[in-house]
Amino acid sequence: MAPVLDPMVGRYVRLEIDGVPHRIYFEEAGSGIPLVCLHTAGADNRQFRHLLADPEVTKHFRVLAFDMPWHGKSTPPDGWERTEYRLTTASYTAAIRTFCSAMELDRPVVMGCSIGGRIVLNLAIAHAAEFRALVALEAADFQQPWYDTAWLHRPDVHGGEVCAALISGLVAPQAPPVSRHETLWMYMQGGPGVFKGDLYFYRVDGDLREKVKTIDTKVCPLYLLTGEYDFSCTADDTQRTAAQIPGVHVQVMKELGHFPMSENPAKFREYILPVLEKIAAA
Amino acid sequence: MSLADRFARLPHLLADDPDLVRRGRWLNVECRVDIGAEPFHLVLKEGALVSLDRGPRLMRSTVFTVRGTDAAWGKYWEKVPAPGWHDLFALTKRGVASFDGDLRPLLQNLQYFKDLLALPRRLPEVG
Repeated sequence: MAPVLDPMVGRYVRLEIDGVPHRIYFEEAGSGIPLVCLHTAGADNRQFRHLLADPEVTKHFRVLAFDMPWHGKSTPPDGWERTEYRLTTASYTAAIRTFCSAMELDRPVVMGCSIGGRIVLNLAIAHAAEFRALVALEAADFQQPWYDTAWLHRPDVHGGEVCAALISGLVAPQAPPVSRHETLWMYMQGGPGVFKGDLYFYRVDGDLREKVKTIDTKVCPLYLLTGEYDFSCTADDTQRTAAQIPGVHVQVMKELGHFPMSENPAKFREYILPVLEKIAAA
Repeated sequence: MSLADRFARLPHLLADDPDLVRRGRWLNVECRVDIGAEPFHLVLKEGALVSLDRGPRLMRSTVFTVRGTDAAWGKYWEKVPAPGWHDLFALTKRGVASFDGDLRPLLQNLQYFKDLLALPRRLPEVG
């Protein structure tokens, strides 16, 4: 019997981000318009495995999902043991632009979720002309914190389990149990302090209030989609952000939470396919 | 059945969920949960609830306390809770619940406590 293979292929690309050598893992499938997918804080590219395996998507798009440095199968840079990982607006933006450039992608679409959604807003603010379209999932210019990140990395609390338990409430109750627990498993596997380091960008360095007003959607179309059960980036947060950006497309997704692509792939598909069709038709 | 009456069923609800007891097997703690104005004192040993004392207890010490308003628990325990009422941290973020005391055992066993305090969802809806 022939092996049953998923359609995506995983590889490593060597590149330098801000002069530091990295070995970045990515998976890709399909052909056509490049679509780069950015995972959430403390997770990895497996969150997009259903999108990578969806023929309705891959017939028009070359979908690429990479693991951010320190995440998934992208190892931290040499000397990581002497540093405390902290993601910043500058380092995150550099990682995405370097990946797109190293892969020789021509005006890709970038879709990011959570911190990936927040950085997509920064791409719209600072680098819009480089992209064909931008899609921000669970994104806003700012969100109120709802827990103390000091609990995420300390020896008396299991980092993976506390991260997963904290974010478990951001999954909508309607999520299929298998998908809910697969989403949580990825959080349990993050490296020590990595989720906390990502949240430095989210909470301290990535405040985009005021800046989103400068987004010009005539240069690059922008789509904002947020799940109604996301109480971290609420639908109100996203709509408040959208109200400052003329021409933005905004959608609140029913029965979805903070991880739409992995917590309920079938439901997310109902919302993302029309967006991708619009982008492909433009 | 009042909200506090529903919470008083916790020993039966937990006993019916051996997997949850298994997941809490490293946990030994005395804590308090307030359902509106009514306090409950829980003694948990190896994930099992060995006592649940309802009502005020003079000078009873506790490691940590989870407090929620009646509205918070009522909405949290709906079979399919509404957005923003479906998780303990959604409740604390909107200011209708709180965590006080030494939160270390709570955070060390966070999924256990989230699932424990959600058990009354399995009871019939409040009429």
